[in-house]
This record gives sequence, structure tokens and C-alpha cells, in this order.
Amino acid sequence: MQLIFEKSKEGRGCAILPEMDVATTEFPVFLKRSTAPKLPQMAEVDISRHYTELAKCTHGVNDGFYPLGSCTMKYNPRINEEMAALKGFTSLHPLQPEHTVQGALEVLQLAETYLCEITGMDAMTFQPSAGAHGEFTGLLLIRAYHKSRGELEKRRKILVPDAAHGTNPASAVMAGFTVVNIPSNEQGCVDIEKLKEACGDDTAGLMLTNPNTVGLFDQNILEITKIVHEAGGLVYYDGANLNAIMGIVRPGDMGFDVVHLNLHKTFSTPHGGGGPGSGPVGCKEILAPFLPRPTVDKVGDTDWSLAWNHQPSKSIGAVRSFYGNFLVVVKALTYIMSLGQQGIREAAQNAVLNANYLMHCLSDLYPMAFDRYCMHEFVMTLEQSKKEMDVSALDIAKALLDYGIHPPTMYFPLIVHEALMVEPTETESKDTLDQAVCILRKVYEEAMEDPSGMHQRPLNTPVRRLDEVGAARHPKLRYEF
Amino acid sequence: MEFRSDRNYSKSHEWVKEIGTDKVEIGISDFAQDALGDIVFVNLPQAGDEVEVQTPFCDVESVKAVSDVYSPVSGIVCEVNEDLLDNPARINEEPFDAWLIRVEQVTQREALLSAEEYEDFTKKEA
Repeated sequence: MQLIFEKSKEGRGCAILPEMDVATTEFPVFLKRSTAPKLPQMAEVDISRHYTELAKCTHGVNDGFYPLGSCTMKYNPRINEEMAALKGFTSLHPLQPEHTVQGALEVLQLAETYLCEITGMDAMTFQPSAGAHGEFTGLLLIRAYHKSRGELEKRRKILVPDAAHGTNPASAVMAGFTVVNIPSNEQGCVDIEKLKEACGDDTAGLMLTNPNTVGLFDQNILEITKIVHEAGGLVYYDGANLNAIMGIVRPGDMGFDVVHLNLHKTFSTPHGGGGPGSGPVGCKEILAPFLPRPTVDKVGDTDWSLAWNHQPSKSIGAVRSFYGNFLVVVKALTYIMSLGQQGIREAAQNAVLNANYLMHCLSDLYPMAFDRYCMHEFVMTLEQSKKEMDVSALDIAKALLDYGIHPPTMYFPLIVHEALMVEPTETESKDTLDQAVCILRKVYEEAMEDPSGMHQRPLNTPVRRLDEVGAARHPKLRYEF
Repeated sequence: MEFRSDRNYSKSHEWVKEIGTDKVEIGISDFAQDALGDIVFVNLPQAGDEVEVQTPFCDVESVKAVSDVYSPVSGIVCEVNEDLLDNPARINEEPFDAWLIRVEQVTQREALLSAEEYEDFTKKEA
């Protein structure tokens, strides 16, 4: 397929401007460009076809099954878009007077109330733009907390399990901490003895997901958070995997002090190019004074009952302009209110049920990394087939593209070799799951029959196997005219 | 898979070659480069930096992941193989010649394995 620049033809365009009816004014020379910008010149019909053609080359959750582990690619209900498109929301300006945006403030306040209830936290900020930004914000809260107690000098270490998302250690380093790796035990959970050894009066905190990165619920969670608290550290909850437990258990009750959520995963707002994201951070009362400002507060019983609280207090300051990705919060709130208390719980139950069903239907062919019930996702390992037949996780993933399935997450977490991490999400029906099982089994049989042919896959996609190494070693970062 | 006996190996898959008094050359093993896959980027320290035994001094990025490389010795980096910055593929092609750093004033070493011991170790690990 040609790039839009390659389709451009001199003199074509799609704007019919009315005749000028005011006097023309010349710009000063220093403001004028010396050469015309290289914009594509095309007729509207050709532009429309170009983008439609591009759209046909993509695969989104609206095209088919998208079991991308740890990303929670659930379907995004249309009603979310409808609510976010309401004129009262879309025509707002961030600098409007408070009394003209009471509805918007109420959205933020309601979302805070519900999300605090789901996570067991006391207060929340919606400023962070995505998950990693939320992690960074959460760590700044931990930092501010230790600083306020005069302990920041000695508390420099953040503990991170070896299965964690790569963003966890990166966020900790960004926030000025050093990272200590905690090995996982054979069940893929935190090694309690190693954690005890690592904890001390230099511990600032521990970052954890639960269920963890291999899709297992760490049953020692109460002991884990207790160990860290007794050492004087705080415990951070990475909300990447909240989908498995929302409405059932709360991070706050497990002993976590601060959490970030990915509204664009768990609460059904678009992501993966359809974004933007939103990574609100909730915390317990002890960290609330440090939250970014402004927050939404209730004021008196007047007509205008909500107001921005800009008071700096001990706040870490703003982490983003204005109030975060507000319309994403509108979508997430719509999702929460459409499902209701019971529906949120059922979504988590179905996510776990779907993952276990899929795992069960595949476990006789595909070796599983851990032999126990999973939560919302599970990890398969192609280590054996890689060794014996040179069929890797990558080969299986690419072959799935031929059947219209988006591949699972590959080569993550790093503690499992040749990993494929599958997360079907609750929005898939049994029929879709059964189809996916058929395809995964078929691909496995194809691999048995013709192992070397697997290296050629995919065969039916708009582009074939990409040269990842070439792309990384010799990247072409821009089109050259 | 090659295991050259003119040098020693760490359990974290680096090789260490003696090139003078208290002076060593460090690279990653054939086993390590094979496990990593095609290497696309290397992040090296600078000459004059201190390296500490069993502490990361460099990271290598393959299409699969970014991995730390741990120093099997403590000392001062005296030379860095800058050619690898432009040609990281050399680590895949000739892991035993594509050294990463040279370290002098070596004060401490971890217990290293001979080629034979390391080969046994990788068999158990694989």
C-alpha cells in the first residue's frame, strides 16, 4: 500500500474556499516560510479511500478476538462514547468559572467515590495520563510521605518482584529511588523469605500487582504488606490486573497504601492507539495531603456545591496540565454506572471464568507455565517446542494472525521462557472462546506437521513477517521526499 | 554452542578473560547471546567508571527484551568496545571476540566457572 505522500498529485485538493471579501495583509518576511510545506495534495474521495484502506489493515477489538495479556483489551461499550460526546462535556474549557462546570466536577467527584470504593482507598487524583504516569505519581506520594517524616535520606529503596511490568522499576528510578529485585518462588509469587531479607530501614516501599504478572493471586498478600509496613515502608498497587478482582477484594483491604488504575484497561475506555489513557491514583488517608492539586471538594450547601481545591498544603504539585484526560473519566464513569455494583463484580468473575475455560481447553496441547487455577490471564510456555522443533512463541503468535486473532502478549513476563500470555477478558462469549480454542489447536497441529513452515507465517495478512531486527538496527524514522 | 576454554565464566553468563596483571576482558557467552536472540542495541559504561562484582554495568537489548549484564569482577573500566555501539550484531556473530569492556585494577572476583563447569551449568539451566 502506498503512503499518502506517494499518492499526492500536484494541484489536487479538496477545499473550495469562498472568494476573499476583506483586504489582504502581507506577513512580515521573517514570519514567512521560504519553502512550501510538503503536504499531500489529494481529492477528498482519495483521502477517504486512503484512510479506509488503512483501517482495513488494522486489527482492533471491534475486528476480532484480542487476548493481549496484561492489557485487558475488553470491548468498549458505545454508550461510553455517547456520554463523552455530550455537548455539555465537549464544549467545556478548562479555565471556565467553577459555577459553570458543576456537572463536570460532579463527574470527577462521583468517579472518585466509586473508584475509591472499588479499590478501598480514601482519596484520588485524575491527573495522570496513563498507567506509568500514575506509577510515577504514586511513587512521588511515597517519597513525599517519607520526606515529611524526615526519613527520605535513609529510605531509598523500592522493592520490585522480578515478574513486574518493566514500568515499575523505571518509575521508581524516575522518582529518585534505587530498585531492589525480589525473586519469585516456584509458584510465581513473591518469595516471602527473600522479601524479609530485603526489607529494612532503607525500604521506601514495595510495588506489586495482585493478581500478579503471571495471572496468579498471591495468597500471602496480607503477610507481604505486613512485612513491608513493619519495616516502615509503604505498599504500591499496580492496577494493571484489577480486572480480575474488582467488586470482590479491594487493594485497600489487602494492605496497599496507594494504587494506580488504568481506566483504559479495567474501565473499558479505548486504548492501544485509540486512547488517550487515564491513570488515576488513589491513596489512603495518610497520603491524601500529598496528592496533586487541584482536587474537587464540596463547599457548603450553596447552589454551587463543588469547587476546585488549589491549596498547595503538602501537595507534590501538578503532574499534568489541568485535570487529566477528563473525557476518559466520563467514559469510565459511564461504564461503572451502567454495570452497577453487581455488574462490576460479575465482570471480574466472568473474566476469571473465561481465562480458566480457555486454559483448560488448551492445556493438553500447550504447556502451561503454572499448573493451578489462574485469575484473568494465564501464561503458556513454548520452551519445549522451541527446543525440539524450533517452533517459538513468536511463530505461534504470527500464525494466529492468519486466522484473524490478535496474538497474545509474547515473551513476557521474562521469568517464563517462550511465554505467551493470554487474557480473553469477560466480554467474549463462549462461542468466541470455542472458536479461539479451535484456531489455537489448529495452529499447534500445523506446527507439528510443518515446523519450518511456521517461520514463514503469517501468510494472509497485508504485510508478511516483518524484519524486527532490521527495523531496530536500521530504523527509518521519517519519509524522505 | 561453543565454550572456549581460554577463559572463565560466571553463572550470570558473562565470560572473563585474563589479559594482564589484574586486568580482564568481559563479554557475554555464546549461550547468553543465543538465549537473548538478535541484539539490536548495547548500552556501555565509560572508561574510568567503577564496576562492582555482581552489579550490572551494561545492558543489551534484543528484539525480545532488555537485559542487564553483570560484572563478575570489581575494578575500573579502562576500555570500552565502542565498535559494538554501531555493530551490536557482532555479539551474536562472534560472542567471544566481541568483548564489552576491559577492566583494570581488579580487586575482587566472584567464584568463576571453567568452560567445562559452565557447559554443565548451562545444561542444567536449559
